[in-house]
Amino acid sequence: MALLKITSPHVHGTNSTSRVMAKVALACAPGIMALTLWFGFGSLCNIILCIGFCLSFEAIALKLRQRDVRFFLSDFSAVVTALLLGIALPPFAPWWLIAIGSFFSIVVAKQLYGGLGFNPFNPAMVGYVVLLISFPVEMTTWLPAMANSQGLGTIEGLAQVFAGHAFTSLDAYTGATPLDIVKQNSSAVLSDLYQQQSVFKNSHFAGTGWEWVNLAFLGGGIYLLWRKIFTWHAPISMLGTLAVLSALFYDGGSSSSPGSPLLHLFSGGTMLGAFFIVTDPVTSAVSNKGRVVYGIGIGALVFVIRAWGNYPDAIAFSVLLMNFAAPFIDYYTQPRTYGHVKKPGKPSQK
Amino acid sequence: MRQIWDIPGGIHPPENKTQSTGDAIANIPLPAEIVLPLNQHIGAPAIPCVAVGDKVLKGQVVAEAQGLVSAPIHASTSGTISAIEQRFIPHPSGMMSDCIVITPDGEDQWTTLHPVPDYKALDHAELVALIRQAGIAGMGGAGFPTAVKLNPRADRKVHTLILNGTECEPYITADDMLMRERADEVVAGTLLLAHILGTPETILIGIEDNKPEAIAAMQAAVDKHAQQSRGIAIDVVSFPTKYPSGGEKQLIQILTGKEVPSGQIPATIGIVVQNVGTAVATYRAVTFGEPLVSRITTVVGETLKQQRNIEVLIGTPVDHVLTLHGYQAEKKSRLIIGGPMMGFTVEHTNIPVVKTTNCILVPSNEEIPPTQPAQACIRCGMCAEACPANLLPQQLFWYSQAEDTEKLEQHNLFDCIECGACSYVCPSNIPLVQYYRASKGTIRQQELAKKQSDRARQRFEFRQERIAKAEAEKEAKRLARKKAAEEAKKKLAAQAGNEPEKNAATSSAAGSTTPVPKTPEQASTGATDTNQLPKLERALSSAKSREERAQQQLAEAKANGEDARIEPLSARLKQAELKVKEAEEKLKAYQQGENLPSSAVPEKLQQKLSLSPRQKAEKNIETLQKRIATAEEKLAEAEQANASTTDALRQGVEKLNQKLAEAQRELEATAEDGITAEKGAAAVDAPTMSAAEIAIAKAQAKAAAQASMSDDEKNQAQIASLQKRLDKARERLAKAEAENNDNIDAFRIGVEKLEAKLAEAQQPQTTP
Ligand code: SF4
Ligand code: SF4
Repeated sequence: MALLKITSPHVHGTNSTSRVMAKVALACAPGIMALTLWFGFGSLCNIILCIGFCLSFEAIALKLRQRDVRFFLSDFSAVVTALLLGIALPPFAPWWLIAIGSFFSIVVAKQLYGGLGFNPFNPAMVGYVVLLISFPVEMTTWLPAMANSQGLGTIEGLAQVFAGHAFTSLDAYTGATPLDIVKQNSSAVLSDLYQQQSVFKNSHFAGTGWEWVNLAFLGGGIYLLWRKIFTWHAPISMLGTLAVLSALFYDGGSSSSPGSPLLHLFSGGTMLGAFFIVTDPVTSAVSNKGRVVYGIGIGALVFVIRAWGNYPDAIAFSVLLMNFAAPFIDYYTQPRTYGHVKKPGKPSQK
Repeated sequence: MRQIWDIPGGIHPPENKTQSTGDAIANIPLPAEIVLPLNQHIGAPAIPCVAVGDKVLKGQVVAEAQGLVSAPIHASTSGTISAIEQRFIPHPSGMMSDCIVITPDGEDQWTTLHPVPDYKALDHAELVALIRQAGIAGMGGAGFPTAVKLNPRADRKVHTLILNGTECEPYITADDMLMRERADEVVAGTLLLAHILGTPETILIGIEDNKPEAIAAMQAAVDKHAQQSRGIAIDVVSFPTKYPSGGEKQLIQILTGKEVPSGQIPATIGIVVQNVGTAVATYRAVTFGEPLVSRITTVVGETLKQQRNIEVLIGTPVDHVLTLHGYQAEKKSRLIIGGPMMGFTVEHTNIPVVKTTNCILVPSNEEIPPTQPAQACIRCGMCAEACPANLLPQQLFWYSQAEDTEKLEQHNLFDCIECGACSYVCPSNIPLVQYYRASKGTIRQQELAKKQSDRARQRFEFRQERIAKAEAEKEAKRLARKKAAEEAKKKLAAQAGNEPEKNAATSSAAGSTTPVPKTPEQASTGATDTNQLPKLERALSSAKSREERAQQQLAEAKANGEDARIEPLSARLKQAELKVKEAEEKLKAYQQGENLPSSAVPEKLQQKLSLSPRQKAEKNIETLQKRIATAEEKLAEAEQANASTTDALRQGVEKLNQKLAEAQRELEATAEDGITAEKGAAAVDAPTMSAAEIAIAKAQAKAAAQASMSDDEKNQAQIASLQKRLDKARERLAKAEAENNDNIDAFRIGVEKLEAKLAEAQQPQTTP
């Protein structure tokens, strides 16, 4: 009998896409825990709904595209997208908001482009930005961090999620994020601001709760770096650029200061963005050098939008903008191939 | 310690080397037959120089090298040539190829060898010749004839000789065991190679640090050699284990920090790399005169009861080897020739061991499980991290899928060494290397096709140029001729004064036999003469345009991959080319003829002109019959070939038949001479005539009418009818063109012919 005929290589590493995705999901865990600890069950609730919607949309889209649903679902990429979207949305986001976000993430941003690997834009960020532009009010009401004890009760939270409207009493709970405060501030010097505003109560440098959330995501990111899920190039260059720029423009904390480097690094979605969104391989530049450029671009855009733009946080916009630029970056940062003097890609040959 | 460099990328697959290093290199019993493929190396296959039934001795040449990049083949044991036939060979495509089959006689008796104990006594050329005759081809796996590598261009001084003992592929331990057990021979071989290469300053033996025994053995052998102080320093260099550091280019980078320029060989930068096994084979070939008849091969895999290295005769069937090692076929997952990273699977076990077979790997299903289905590329970049050539495998994969050859070349597809590191790490299980191989294949083919079409285009352009030049020359000649003709006319006119009487005398003397007066004859011959040239030119240009069209169609068909059309089209092209040639020749002949004085007007023409109407008619019929015959032949042919021109041809035959009938009637008419007119007129009136008779009568009437017409009238009538026909033909052509009909060519030819005829008919009036 004839033997099996396959071309080389015949051995394969233990790596698999589902494993990569599972590790990414696992690395999100500390960040989600911190979120839950400081902001209540809201994010968890988001995530569960997101996963439900995303998987359903993915399955439907795959079915319509006549793909093997189980095989493609098993790459877990939809789960990761759902996780990131759920984390990014304000806690206890209404269910319809989540449904719309999931739809745009999975169906529009990913499946319509041909599925995993073919999407030019980060799906979670597309979903997020669509919501941010369409429903600015719902998207910008973050709960203040209250360390659970006085936090929004689960029942009330769920009511907001499913009843579609907030209880009046909830207004009391809604509040601005540290980045909002710094952005809207026009009179107080930063040190006073830190004293007055409750978001900075008990905080060390970047707002109550936020610093812990960011540290947790940083921890997850370091785990992924250690497991070689991605290289350091994109996240570190993004964080580095953000730190350098915010240090340059800090001006000692006057009333018009855009905020300290620590505030920028550890508030808002910085760490989540750096290690879980900027590192999205599908939509970033491909070579290491390219990823450095890509990271620098995002870091700079984040700072520019935060300091002078209209949105207090800017990860999503910056990432999408740099997704645009990725093919160009690829073109100019192709690594030098073995045995070549000049860079490839340029019309130097012949 | 020498400095070593790191290579980018690389992977650390499980080494699986201990299974086969437990036992010493073993010998196995002779197989029932030895199968020697004629092409075991890179380059031209060898040519058999024995016949079936011949007795051969071990080491005897059975096939000779063909050309420079080739290697001869030797009988690996004594016995009888039992067949020279197609057998399965170890090749990824699972193909069959010509092999010489030997039935061993069991004696294993060597032929007379010619040892050269002191190779220093020989010069470079003699040594290279010896190695060539020994049939040694790179034993590391590629199989490049060693002699070629040892004969670098004179202007390239080799400064570094590297012995490759890396063996980075998992499972394979053939070189490892060789270095452990035959370190002295490796050193001796190294010294010989160094000698042949003009003693390079640096001689390195590179070994991965996962082979401590081999390193120790080699170091000891090198030290021993140093004690004998022969003045040449050899460095044993070990470096961290990483796949694929054993790739020639990678090893060079590790040991020297240099890179071989893309598309070049290492000798360009003064480096030659040889496998340690090759060094030993070279040493034995020179010192003992032994050609390459055996090699060390790793036999490994969990389906075997015994895993080890064996020294095996080239040509030993793999199933013989497997049986001897307790092969359990039921556990197998595949049979791999070579290692798991770069080896290839074969479907049959009835293939022979060849010069490049460094490993026979028969893993069990658990050991190397079947590949998982590929998922989408998530562009994670792990492949790029692993690539030793610094390529972007994910981009290559992308463009390979899109078949974007331009981008593929831009991303240096051809610098991919097919090491498989990218596929190994890819989390989505994408068989990347398979895509690259396929793309490389297509690009190579495209390039070949392009080269061919380029050549065709060049040829075409060259011809166009030539034609243009010829045309210009012709034009010049024509002008000169015209001038000459005018002068001649003047002269003639001057002479005319003396001529008339003579003319009158001849014409009166000739009487009724030559009714056509001589001057008009001359004039008319002159007219046809000048007619001839444009006609020929027209014929040539139309033939050319037809040829062009045929070329175009053929190119189109090729581009569209319409295989079915290619053959008839190329046949048509060939015909067109022949026609062009013919037309060119005719034209040339004519032009040459024209330079002759006008009195040498072709006799044929004169004959024709001096014929009586009857003779003319007869002749006409004759030629018509001939033409019909050939036309019918053509038609039959076309019908057989089911060609698209059948219809046109049939029409042609019919027309010719009609013409023949007409001509016959004309003949009759001339025979009956003057009375035809009345007879015709009477016949038309007759009421009892059948249709056929009517037709005949009509034709006769026409002929009669024509006969009664004056020359001028006749001519005009002819012109009118021709014009009518031409208009119709043009219409048909236009329609055919609009419908893109296959008969365009036929129609076009028809139109051209009509045009020519019309021009001819008009000529006499315009050139009186
Ligand atoms: S390793 Fe595989 S999945 Fe990752 S970028 Fe390369 S080809 Fe794509
Ligand atoms: S097979 Fe080619 S692309 Fe893949 S790692 Fe090796 S050299 Fe790079």
